[in-house]
Formats: sequence, structure tokens, C-alpha cells
Amino acid sequence: MFLYILKRLGRSLITLVVIITVVFLLLQFMPVEGYFDNYEKMTEAEIQSGLVRLGLKDPLPVQVVRFFKMLLTGNLGISRRYRVNVSINEIIAPKIWVSAKFGLISMALSLPLGMALGALMARNKGGLADKLGNGFIVFIQAVPNAVYFLFIQLYGSQLLNISLLYDEAVTRSIILPIISLSLPSIAGYAMWLRRYMVDEANKDYIKLARAKGVSNSAIWFKHVFRNSVVPMVNFIPGSILLTISGSIYVESLYSIPGMGGLLVDVIRKQDNSMVLALIVIYASLSILGLLLGDILMGIVDPRISFVKKEGSR
Amino acid sequence: MSKWSPSERKCRQHEQSVVQSSEQLLNAKDDLNTEEIQGLSNDLFQKADYDASQAERIGYSNYSYWGSTLRMFFKNKLAVAMLIIMAILVIFTFIQPYLPGQRDANAINNYPATHAKGGTPIKNRKPTWSIIWDGTQEIDFLDEEAKDALPFFERISWSVTRYFHRMSAAFKDLFDGEEDVGIFIFGTNRIGQDLWSRLWQGTRTSLFIGIMVAIVEAVVGIIMGMLWGYVRKLDFFFTELYNIVDNIPSTIILILAAYIMKPSVSTIIIAMCVTRWLGLARFVRNQVLIIRDRDFNLASRCLGTPTRRIIFKNLLPQMVSVVMLRMALAIPSAIGSEVFMTYIGIGLPIDIPSLGNLVNIGRGYITYPGLRYQLWFPAIILSIITICFYLVGNAFADASDPKNHV
Repeated sequence: MFLYILKRLGRSLITLVVIITVVFLLLQFMPVEGYFDNYEKMTEAEIQSGLVRLGLKDPLPVQVVRFFKMLLTGNLGISRRYRVNVSINEIIAPKIWVSAKFGLISMALSLPLGMALGALMARNKGGLADKLGNGFIVFIQAVPNAVYFLFIQLYGSQLLNISLLYDEAVTRSIILPIISLSLPSIAGYAMWLRRYMVDEANKDYIKLARAKGVSNSAIWFKHVFRNSVVPMVNFIPGSILLTISGSIYVESLYSIPGMGGLLVDVIRKQDNSMVLALIVIYASLSILGLLLGDILMGIVDPRISFVKKEGSR
Repeated sequence: MSKWSPSERKCRQHEQSVVQSSEQLLNAKDDLNTEEIQGLSNDLFQKADYDASQAERIGYSNYSYWGSTLRMFFKNKLAVAMLIIMAILVIFTFIQPYLPGQRDANAINNYPATHAKGGTPIKNRKPTWSIIWDGTQEIDFLDEEAKDALPFFERISWSVTRYFHRMSAAFKDLFDGEEDVGIFIFGTNRIGQDLWSRLWQGTRTSLFIGIMVAIVEAVVGIIMGMLWGYVRKLDFFFTELYNIVDNIPSTIILILAAYIMKPSVSTIIIAMCVTRWLGLARFVRNQVLIIRDRDFNLASRCLGTPTRRIIFKNLLPQMVSVVMLRMALAIPSAIGSEVFMTYIGIGLPIDIPSLGNLVNIGRGYITYPGLRYQLWFPAIILSIITICFYLVGNAFADASDPKNHV
């Protein structure tokens, strides 16, 4: 097991390096105008010296190697355009905290609710709860977030009698962003759990258990639920880790100072060092999330083993 | 159950009657005796010739895949209703510009009276029906006491007449007076463009984007997925490609594409297609891996079927349902992505209306209750379209799965 984890970590590291290099190369396609605020008024010499100052005139391999050397010292670099000459670690730290707070609260809310809804829907499949739940899931999945988030903000703030924007001093103003963040994940968890549980309940061993006379509640909780939670467990660590990336819609709608719109912002301002820093963070977290998910799945379901080779295929 | 149980007794009674009637049937005479047979005339019979092809014929079921799919689909009433709504919407979207009296989506409408002075645009005009409605709501009743003094029925008839009077007055105001500017069913926007024609033009753009993205995704995704699953040497390459692309935030690719190319409909389609196909390809690949080594394929390969035929005849038909599902879901999700791209500021320019930029502009008026109609209409049309495609896609995918054809 330990060896397996080590191997996975090694492979993840290689993937990470490739991703960063690819993004690095992609960023070279950015138009030169974007690096300066007053491009039209600048002379050619000024532009050239500006590019040299940003380190964009060096040959590509030199730039890539320089970036990786800096990463190895635990330093994400210095922002050049977003907030001039401020260390990126310093910019990001408070934002991560804000986004993680919202994300974790909404997850703590949506995971049990979504699971409960999914289990309820699977228990009375075809019944009223199933139909209502399906309606909810279809609505959330089909209608673009931007639309119903807007209406939640508009009418929710009237209902709760609070201002449209998030205010740290008012505790109640946390409610609407949390609801907006939770709704899609509740729908997602409910949909997947329902599907897994329905599939599980149709299996032969459940029929055998019924024939033996195992009580209904024992079948649902000891067999169906436990077995269908296994695939769900796989993506829980990933979603916990990625809460720090925030949500673009929710954070910009309520003007929450989180990570949500940061990536878009820095790409548009062409702050290359910050784009790279964010990609490093997101990519490593999502890879780590996958690894943790696999390990957790192995813990929850002892039958899953990563050490043994899979079958003939 | 005991033998004293009333239900058991009832059962036995029924059983008795069934047994009796079937025995009667069995004992009834149903063949002819020899004399009767000889009495039959010859022209009741026809001589059958020997037919070689008939001898070779094997038993078959009259199962038709698409027939069963359609039958299953039409059993789902909700999906059929959604399909009808969707069809009406899509057809209307495409014939709308050819209807009489439609305005150009980008033309700025001016007050007719101001034509001589260069024109004042009709800014933020409310939808016509809402103006008429507001007109009928204006309170100019008799004073309360006089109204209460009237008998009940007279009061009602008085109210109704007043209502129609006011409605016709509102119409008159609209079409005869200074205010005669024509009908704007959904009102006008901030610079005087007709929201009705902008909305349908935008629906056309968004539908076009959605359908194109779905088609490209399906074609590229299926071909690549087949190769990925079937050609073992390519597995490593595709898996690594997937790992890498999956970890690059799609936002960065969308923004880069929007920067490199000039914002237009084709840019958006390309930007969305660049990475989307990988998702479908992986899906197809997993399906291929599951089906590839089944016995019927092994047999087919042993009999010398060429790879191309195996892929198209043995593998693809098994995947119709999942591919249909992915395609149907790609349309609402592409429309959603377009909204997202507009939201982060890399969408289509204002002079190419789309549902995304209409919603986005409407969003700006969220704090002005009088102008919220500019958000409501695009949001409603957007929701109807995405929900219809989603439900119809799901229902069709269920119907096209042969496991559900019983």
C-alpha cells in the first residue's frame, strides 16, 4: 500500500510538471498589449524594456527552469500586475481562508442533506418524494446557475431584509451565499446516491437477503446504503480540498473577497506569475484529492485493493 | 392461510369454476370424423409448391430497434410534452424573422415625432401589455362611499364597464396619442433596441452554439474514444492527455481562445470544443473496454470481421443510448457555458445578441424593479430551453437503451 502511494505520488508529480509547463507555454500566446496599461502611448524601447523587466525576453527553457527553481523554495512568486510587487503568498492567504470557510460550511450542509434526499428518493422509487426530488434535480442541473443564483439573491435578500451584498459584520448575510453554494451540490449528491442505491437494490444478494427474511431497515442501511456510499466517498476529499477555489458566480454576485474570480481576473490582467501560481495550487490539490479519494475508498471498502493487478483487460 | 380463511374459500370457488369451464372446452368435440372429411369439397384447399427459400427460413422476432425506441419514448408523457414545447420554441425561433412586422434586433427605435430632429431613442420602454395592464390598474373609482352605495350587481357591472373603458383608453393612449410608438411585446432596452427581436435572435445564436458544440463533441469524441479503447498502443497517450487537460482549468483555455481569436460565434464554439470532446472520448473508451472482449466480439474477430466493421456494427450500436444522452446534455451545458463566458466578460459582443449577454445585461437592472423585465424574459426562455433539452435527452436515452425494450 505504502509503495503504491509512493508510486502514485511520483506519477502525480510528473503530471503536475507537465501541466505547469503546458500552461506556461500557453501563456506565451497572450498578446503583448495586455502587459501594459497604456500600450498605445509607449515607444518601442519602453515596451522592450518592460518585457525584459517582466522576464519575458529570456529564452523559454530559461523561464521555465527559473519558475520551477522558485517553486522548489516554497515561494509562489511575486505579482507583477494584479497588485504590483506584492508576494503572491500574501495576496492569496486571506482569500483562501474566506473561500474555504464558505465552501466548508456549504459542504457540511449539503453532504448530509443531499445524501438524505438521495436515500429517500431511492427508498420510495417512483413515489411522490422521488418525483419531487427528480424535479428539483432536473431544475438545478438544467438551468444555468447564473439564472437561479440571481433570483435567490434578489428575492432572498428581500425576504431576509438584508442588503444584496455580503457584509462580514452581518452574520445573516452569510445565509444566501451558502444556500446558493449548497443547492447544486445537494442535487449532485442526491442524484448520484439515488442512482447507486437503485442499482444496488436490484442486485441478487439483496433478493437473497429479503428471501432469508432480513428486516427491511437492515437491508437498506447495512447493505444497500453502505455499498452505494463507496463510489461517493471517492470524490469527497477532492471536493473538500477544492473548496478553497471558491465559486466565481457566488463570490462575484455577493462580492465576497474570495478566490472565486481571482483566476479570471489575473488572466485578464495577464499577471502571468499569478496565473501560474494559481494553476499550481489548483492542479496539485485536484491530483491530491484524487489520490486521497482512492485511499479513502480502500479504507471504506476493504474489498478494494490497489496492490493487486486488475483482471485480463 | 388456513382452510377456514374466507379468502381461501373464495379462491377455491374461483378455481373450481375455472377448472370446470376449461374441462368443458377440452371435452368439446373439435375434430371431424372420417365421413365428414370425405364430404369436404376440393376447392377449399390449395396446393403448395416446394419453395427452397421457405425451407431455409428461420424464426425471427419482428423486433425493430428504432421502432421500440420510439414506442418507449412516446410512453413517457412528460417527455413528449417537453418535446412539443421544445419543437414549438425552436420552430418559432427560426421563423420569427420572416413574420410580418418584426424589427431588426440591432436597430435603435426612435420616437416617430422626433424623426426630424435626428431621433430620440425609445429607451427602457416597458412591455406593451404591461403598460396596458398598468393603465387598467390606475385607481380613479368613484369615491368609496358612492361605490358602496350601489347595489351589488350594479357595482359589478359598473366595475366591468369601467375596466373596459380604461383598457380602451390605455390602447388609445398607446396608438393614437403622442405616445404612438408601436408595439414592443417585451419592451425595449437601455438604448432603444426591441427586446422581442433581440430575444429570438439571441435564442437562435445560443441554440446554434449548443447544437454545433454537441455535434462536434459527438463526432470527435466518438472517433477518438473508439481509437482510445480499441487501439491498445494509443491508450497511454490518450490517458496522459486526458490527465493533463482535465487538470487545466477550462476557464484558462476559454479565455486564451477568446484572446487569440476575435470574439465571435465560431470562437466560442471552438473554445468550447477544444477540451469537451475528451470527456465523451473517455466515456466511449470505458464502454469499448467493457464490450470489446465480450464473447460475441471474440467470435466476430475469429470469423475474420475487419476492425472497421467491428467498430461500426458491433460496438457503436451498443452505445447509442449513452452517446445520445451525452449529446442531449451537451446542448444545455453549452448554452450554460456561453452564459458563463459572457459573465466573466469574454462572451459575444453586444451586437450579436445571445441568451448569455441578454441575461447578463438584464442582471445589471436587478436593483431597479421597474426594469427587471429585461432580466425575466431571457431568463425564462433560457430555463425553458435548457430544461426541455435535458428532459427530452434523458427520456430518449432511457428509451434507446435496448435493456428497457420489453
